[in-house]
Amino acid sequence: MRNEAYSAEAVSAAASADTLRLLTCGSVDDGKSTLIGRLLYDSQFLMEDQVTELESDSKKHGTAGDEIDFALLVDGLEAEREQGITIDVAYRFFATPRRRFIVADTPGHIQYTRNMATGASTADLAILLVDATKGVLTQTRRHALIVSMLGVRDVVLAVNKMDLVDFDPAVFDQIVADFEAFAAQITIDRITAIPMSARYGDNISKRSDRTSYYDGPTLLEHLERVEPVNRAADTPLRIPVQWVCRPNQSFRGFAGPVVSGRVAVGDEIVAAASGRTSRIARILVGEAERTSAANGESVMVTLTDEIDLSRGDVIAAKDARPQLSDQFAADIVWMDAEHLLPGRPYLLKSMARTVPVQVTDLKYRTDVDTMEHNAAKVLELNEIGVVNLATAEPIAFDPYEENRDTGGFILIDRFTNHTVAAGAIRFALRRASNIHWQALDVDRTARAKLKHQLPTVLWFTGLSGSGKSTVANLVEKRLYSRGRHTIVLDGDNVRHGLNRDLGFTDADRVENIRRVAEAAKLMTDAGLIVLVSFISPFRSERQLARELMPAGEFLEVFVDAPIEVCRTRDPKGLYARADAGEIKNFTGVDSPYEPPEAPDLHLDTAAEDPEALAEQVIAHLESLGRLAVE
Amino acid sequence: MSDRLSHLERLEAESMHIMREVAAEARHPVMLYSIGKDSSVMLRLAIKAFHPAPPPFPLMHINTTWKFREMIAFRDKTAAEAGMELISYTNQEGLDAGFNPFDHGSNYTRIMKTEALKQALDKHGFDAAFGGARRDEEKSRAKERIFSFRSASHAWDPKNQRPELWRLYNMRVNDGESMRIFPLSNWTELDIWAYILKEAIPIVPLYFAAERPVVMRDGQWIMVDDERMRLTPGETPEMRSIRFRTLGCYPLTGAIESSADTLEAIVAEMMAARTSERGGRLIDKEASASMERKKREGYF
Repeated sequence: MRNEAYSAEAVSAAASADTLRLLTCGSVDDGKSTLIGRLLYDSQFLMEDQVTELESDSKKHGTAGDEIDFALLVDGLEAEREQGITIDVAYRFFATPRRRFIVADTPGHIQYTRNMATGASTADLAILLVDATKGVLTQTRRHALIVSMLGVRDVVLAVNKMDLVDFDPAVFDQIVADFEAFAAQITIDRITAIPMSARYGDNISKRSDRTSYYDGPTLLEHLERVEPVNRAADTPLRIPVQWVCRPNQSFRGFAGPVVSGRVAVGDEIVAAASGRTSRIARILVGEAERTSAANGESVMVTLTDEIDLSRGDVIAAKDARPQLSDQFAADIVWMDAEHLLPGRPYLLKSMARTVPVQVTDLKYRTDVDTMEHNAAKVLELNEIGVVNLATAEPIAFDPYEENRDTGGFILIDRFTNHTVAAGAIRFALRRASNIHWQALDVDRTARAKLKHQLPTVLWFTGLSGSGKSTVANLVEKRLYSRGRHTIVLDGDNVRHGLNRDLGFTDADRVENIRRVAEAAKLMTDAGLIVLVSFISPFRSERQLARELMPAGEFLEVFVDAPIEVCRTRDPKGLYARADAGEIKNFTGVDSPYEPPEAPDLHLDTAAEDPEALAEQVIAHLESLGRLAVE
Repeated sequence: MSDRLSHLERLEAESMHIMREVAAEARHPVMLYSIGKDSSVMLRLAIKAFHPAPPPFPLMHINTTWKFREMIAFRDKTAAEAGMELISYTNQEGLDAGFNPFDHGSNYTRIMKTEALKQALDKHGFDAAFGGARRDEEKSRAKERIFSFRSASHAWDPKNQRPELWRLYNMRVNDGESMRIFPLSNWTELDIWAYILKEAIPIVPLYFAAERPVVMRDGQWIMVDDERMRLTPGETPEMRSIRFRTLGCYPLTGAIESSADTLEAIVAEMMAARTSERGGRLIDKEASASMERKKREGYF
């Protein structure tokens, strides 16, 4: 705040100014924190006690000799002060009389790229820092790619530390040329290159007299004047319904943000999922009754008709409906330490909708150095790729290029609850309306009834040598002798046929289980009791199998024995070979086993003999009434 | 008509959106209400977000028993007017053990605020709690997420926070884990005052200058709010025209000398003074980066 802004009128004026949200990114040590500290300092937004603290901190921790170390203003956490690096995304605020600024300060370390994507997702503009002594680096390219992928179209190329190269115009020109050559391969609408020194203040808020070759604006001038493209204003109306308000019988309101377009009383709208149409009856913003609302506002609307609409649906312009599909191609940035495994079930959150999803295909990983597309089986932390996704139900969306809010999504791990990826939908692979299930006259219930049983999956999971096949075999013999119709799917046997193309990497294990689960489902459709005997080490995939079957039809049987016992048994000599390094990715040796948290049956094969355990399984089936259906 | 929202309109819309997400997804949300100006703004936004229904969650105040008397009166009146349930929680064990702001310094804050908050959240089984903290208050808060994940022991791990993209917030938690939600994250102190002005939001009278009994301690004016205030030998309360920039436990909250008795005058004074807000809270001065440690322990 500048000194003249001391009145209440000025406060109101400042609050009615508009906002520019920007992010700063670049490689480690390019001087981001110093630049932001300098912007805060130069815009005079700092309070006096902060300046005093800064001066004393500069003496204590500073790396700028006797001068003020501006980076100390923004490096907040103890760990990073000790290490002298920035380790997380931080939000800063400063203002000039013309504009308010919210800065997402994002780190340059490769392992924290996810935070950069976070900052980019809400930014109007990106400041990409380049160290003049180092030029355009891999990190610079990676960040430019993420910025472009997340739809930030306005980039300031801040060529910093020009003081260390004597403000040499040739250095500046070379860096600009290098960056422009790279940027030509991605989508950036406007690049504004500025030579600067954040440490000494050249071309930050004051024009430098050491860059006579540069006649463009200072950084602050540019940030104050730039007119960011508001794509959301020009796209059709979308209001994702967050919450339905029913305080009494006479009011039924739908609360949500106007993420794009504008809305007015009388507008014809459509519920994206059902296709039912109506008109806007009332618009409330808080207690205020409005005739219209602009994009960005959080509104409560009522409709002229009682149509089916709930959280997760989208109110859209009638003549410009979003697409509806359950299969997509999308760009994703992987953000979790645990790799993306195709086939594994995740949750997808898009607007107010959360649905189960599978990555059906990892099409390629993008090499950010070369922009080449490389085949990949997994995506690791901070890798960028293109995938195909299949959601459990159709969702309404627009391509991300057209609408950031209705085309962006996150993926959530179902067990750790981590946000594991950020994604941008490119296009639908097929329209949901084209999916037809073939209706069959003789159904699964009818087939099972003929066999006097309820179709059931007994899923035996446990370490190699725990006794899965032994117990499953005994259970099947008992069922057979009682005239029940069964089949055993055994891990080793299936790998000789259906899954002969799969190995033992995490990605292949996931696919192995997915196929077996689907096969088991077909067999239950035929009315059978299916005994699946697979190590199936991961909770996620066992959960996937459970969810494929109707409720109650899937019984998880944990065949439990300590690994030392399994090792001693070692019926196929596999542990010995794994220990010798002849077999890689062996469960329990160099690949993890995640035991069930709440199995339907827990069999301790170290304590009881297989016959007794098989009897327990039969007794459990009987108690559930799955063996006697007339 | 221009479709570009003003700075305040954008902040307001964002906060309302955040609150609606929580109401829709949390099993058992609560709004922590500290009675200060930020809480007043947060409550106002909640009323707007759910109107014509009342906000679908209760208010909860952690009462250390050392709050200014005017705060408690204001609290009860405000909750009644909003038509919301008010839960007041005090760490009775801490109280019985005699923890007080005179003898126990930062331990007092830990027992009567941080521990009390954890106890209250556990007792009621809240899985989501709104707080009025802002990112501009303090350096370590600049890195706080809007949806801040807390482990079953309420701990905050700065290295294990979920990325927040677009308007998409992942608030899935397992049993016992919870979320703290800060809908005012992107507001600055200036925005808070501008909004209070614009919306004519009632605030505790202590924010306005008046003649009050005070003593000078460590360079700050401390108000003598009731007979429990311990005076050191030679200390005599005197009447001064003072007001508060933040509100907390009265023996720990510094006042400034001021004659600003209207909102406009407060704002003008604030702009001129340029001393950051938490400077008025004694507990923050004890150690550098103390706030980060407090947050790891579960303090807001």
